[in-house]
Amino acid sequence: MPYSKEIESALKKAKIRVGDRVRIGDIEGLLMPRVMGSPDHVIIKLDNGYNAGVRFSKSTALERSKTHEPKRIEEEFEYEVEEEHAKPSKKELCPPGKPPVALLSAGGTIASKIDYRTGGVTATLDAKDIFASIPELQEQVCFAEAVDVCKVLSEDMDHTHWQALAKAAAKSLRKSDGVIITHGTDTMHYTAAALSFMLPGLGKSVVLTGSQRSTDRGSTDAAMNLLCSAITAKSDLAHVGICMHANSSDDYCMFMRGTKVRKMHSSLRSTFRPINDYPLAFVWPEGRVEVTSPRVERRSNAVPKPDTRFEPKVALLKAFPGSDPSILEYCVKQGFRGIVVEGTGFGHVPTQAKKSWIPSIRAAVESGVVVAVASQAMYGSTNMEVYSNLRVLFRESGAIPCGDMLSETAYVKLGWVLGHTKSAEKAGEMMLTNVAGEFNSRLEEDMFLY
Amino acid sequence: MCGVDNAVDYKGIGFKAGIEIHQQLATAEKLFCHCRNERSEELPLEFRRRLRAVAGELGEVDAAARHEMARGREFVYRANPETSCLVELDEAPPDSLNAEALEATLQFSRLVNASPLGEAHVMRKTVVDGSNTSGFQRTVLVAGDGFVETSKGRVRLPTVMLEEDSATVLEKRDGVTVYRLDRLGVPLIEVTTEPDVVDPDHLHETAKRLGLLLRATGSTKRGIGTIRQDLNISVRGGARVEIKGSQDLKMFPKIAEIEAGRQLSLIGIRDELLKRKAAPVNGIVDVSDLFEDSDCRFCRGKDVFAVLLRGFGGFLGREVAPGRRLGTEFSDYAKVAGVGGIIHSDEDMGKYRINELEAVRKRLGCDKDDAVVMVVAPDRVARPSLKQVLKRARMALDGVPREVRNALPDGTTSFMRPMPGSARLYPETDLEPIVLRSELLQSVPLPELPEETLKRLRSTGMGDELADKVFSSRRRHLFDVLFEKHKKEAKLIASTVEDVLPSLRRKGVDVPDDEVIAVFEAFFAGRIPKDSIPNALRLVGSGKSLNEAVSSFAVVGEEDVARVVRDVVAKNPHLEGDPKAFQKLMGDAMKALKGKADGSVVARLLRKELR
Repeated sequence: MPYSKEIESALKKAKIRVGDRVRIGDIEGLLMPRVMGSPDHVIIKLDNGYNAGVRFSKSTALERSKTHEPKRIEEEFEYEVEEEHAKPSKKELCPPGKPPVALLSAGGTIASKIDYRTGGVTATLDAKDIFASIPELQEQVCFAEAVDVCKVLSEDMDHTHWQALAKAAAKSLRKSDGVIITHGTDTMHYTAAALSFMLPGLGKSVVLTGSQRSTDRGSTDAAMNLLCSAITAKSDLAHVGICMHANSSDDYCMFMRGTKVRKMHSSLRSTFRPINDYPLAFVWPEGRVEVTSPRVERRSNAVPKPDTRFEPKVALLKAFPGSDPSILEYCVKQGFRGIVVEGTGFGHVPTQAKKSWIPSIRAAVESGVVVAVASQAMYGSTNMEVYSNLRVLFRESGAIPCGDMLSETAYVKLGWVLGHTKSAEKAGEMMLTNVAGEFNSRLEEDMFLY
Repeated sequence: MCGVDNAVDYKGIGFKAGIEIHQQLATAEKLFCHCRNERSEELPLEFRRRLRAVAGELGEVDAAARHEMARGREFVYRANPETSCLVELDEAPPDSLNAEALEATLQFSRLVNASPLGEAHVMRKTVVDGSNTSGFQRTVLVAGDGFVETSKGRVRLPTVMLEEDSATVLEKRDGVTVYRLDRLGVPLIEVTTEPDVVDPDHLHETAKRLGLLLRATGSTKRGIGTIRQDLNISVRGGARVEIKGSQDLKMFPKIAEIEAGRQLSLIGIRDELLKRKAAPVNGIVDVSDLFEDSDCRFCRGKDVFAVLLRGFGGFLGREVAPGRRLGTEFSDYAKVAGVGGIIHSDEDMGKYRINELEAVRKRLGCDKDDAVVMVVAPDRVARPSLKQVLKRARMALDGVPREVRNALPDGTTSFMRPMPGSARLYPETDLEPIVLRSELLQSVPLPELPEETLKRLRSTGMGDELADKVFSSRRRHLFDVLFEKHKKEAKLIASTVEDVLPSLRRKGVDVPDDEVIAVFEAFFAGRIPKDSIPNALRLVGSGKSLNEAVSSFAVVGEEDVARVVRDVVAKNPHLEGDPKAFQKLMGDAMKALKGKADGSVVARLLRKELR
């Protein structure tokens, strides 16, 4: 964000650039870029470290300062007996005898670094930085490799990022005991689901992790999340999953199945929760892994062959009271091949209402579009029988029930399925097949609000 | 005053001091969320966190931050959902800045002639002692370039800030610190002075003046812990030392005097050490084998480590402040790294029953001018602790270390942590800066100055002595409310508020402000006599309703009083003509009226009846 035209031209005239020491009115300090704030205030970093906005008008005197920034007094360092905070050497990055783990970066808060002067956030990832800030990692793993796969905030991702990550993970798995992917948290569960489908026959774990508190603060959750992810990656589990804080304390993490996990809070550390499932395992930062799910795959020699074909023309729609079904007609007209509808409760859509969705769903199915229905209740399963409207939807109109599968997972799965077949009938069959643990045949009461 | 040695030439020794005051504000809600700004009795929530030092602005971890990180502390937080939401739990971004707190800060800025900034930016100040769940404190520079006038000249106030208060320590044990979160996020005004304070007494005067001006905003909290002052003190050739934790203004001169003396002693020691070419020797020596069969109970068979300080012999025992030696200063540093204390060669080994000192000295290659420092602790604690000792010894060769120190009750201080470096502040990216528009500034009312308040109180006719008492009272607001409404009986209101209420409280009767106001309403409405106000307050404060209290003391009409008085006189015919009849019968009459009539009315009618 630039300053106002007046300020920009005054700066240009005085040959002042961001970072220069300036004098404006009575105030002296370093000129900061405008990251936030009103455009007609010049932001100065004062010698005491505070930022101050100075209102600028035509009569404001703005000039380069003739004084120097006072020298920082860091006496503490002068007396140190030895340097304690050097960056780790290559040997420290990969301590002999430690299991090799690969680190892939997909951007997000966890891989972003703050510029302490401006407050601006930039995406960077340096395995050495991570190792330097989390010394406990050296006791657990060796970082065999660190690859920047993409630098995007997770809301900006699409299926091409999933495909790139799946390929990179498959490649890294050949050289390591497991893979950690750092990722923005907003859509991490979509990526986790995509990788679950795209990496069949996995013999090791692909662990996605991120942070809800940025790494510039002492309270960041990134350190424990990464540490627990490293421990999960070298464990004898073989799953794609998300490993993040289990609760508000820095006690332990949960490793959750990639197809049955969801971001459930915009800001809590413990935002990721298993839905219609138990966590696969609890993971302690000291190294303990406690398997909690009865449905786990163990480490094997299987080498995954990435299967990344994907049809992006799939929509995810929500049915709600008074919702207009013409949106379905629009999708069909736009050439969408699949539509996931988030129905209410057991999977209901407006049926006998004035604006019934049934004729539009029937028309879509008849034109070869796959329509799958998941429940916006999230917990529990869709049902085809309990109410007559459900029978109309699932028995008579050709919609596919998603059972206890999350609507987000159903969306990813439908894209993946339609990437594999042109036949709507075949796609329907695949949607009903448990490919990557997305269905759970037994739902237990304790899984609710886990 | 307070034992200050007036013989010290403070100008001559280059004494300089400044104050930093933190004053809590009594806003309804906290600074960056909508939690109640109050203390919680119950703390049912508990969670645990670790804070990590993070790379600072210069890619370096801040000195103070590293220092805390080296302690490897785990933090436990206890909270009440009424006073702590996700913001205090560091589980959600902050809400926007509390407007009431900003207004109070702007008011104070006007009182101290400080100019508000065009745009106030919320900053994060790195704090990793666990007192902020986030690892930083949010702080806003609101105004600058202010000043106050004092008897010894102008004291400049470079900054007026608004910031959030920290969490309170509940306990520290086994490397874990437990905090309560109700105070976290309470708004604070922070005002700092330039080092314009010229002597210890001036420190007291300046602190008092600033305290009064803060109070003048009418928005400050009162009571223990609601205001905290840090002192910055230095002498020529010394260094700025920040002293925290003194609540008592009257102690300031003594603290300043002792700190000035400490710095002068350290400078003196430095000069002598340099003359001797003293130097600490890098190298921590394991001397455990010498103590295998020691008579010293806590050394025998334990891990003992030692370092050699060349040329320091005799100085470790040198007193730098009352009851504190240079060795105590070294010990403070070592304790930070985990040992319980140090043993040094200037101490009396007899008290520890240590006979091995000579052997240790020999092992280290000591000459007679050298000193030895030992710690009894396992390797992982002993080494960092002795490193701290070596570091502090090296600092002694430069004189006075820049430190944050903790005030002790006797006016001496102990080391808390190194002075934080400047890499502690960076922008709070979760909040937009606040433009302080001129309309906003003009709408902020200028509060009454303290001297105006005193003048106003004295002009009410309650008498200067009582006026002064009300002025410095924490219950002044109650007087103001009562007097503003009725504009009379200033003396009655003041003495009730300042004498009656405290005396009732001492007896365990606490009368809430609104009940006091209600009792006065009843008095002004003529429903109870003046003399019955204390008793009415006592009843109300003990749980009786106002109506009950009023009916107990309802004013009896003059005719009724006259009738009672006539009865009393009639019952005592033998007193007729007795010059002392009035004194003898007044008590009887009052008793018969049970406090339902004013003494002056009774006296008038009794005199009339006796005539």
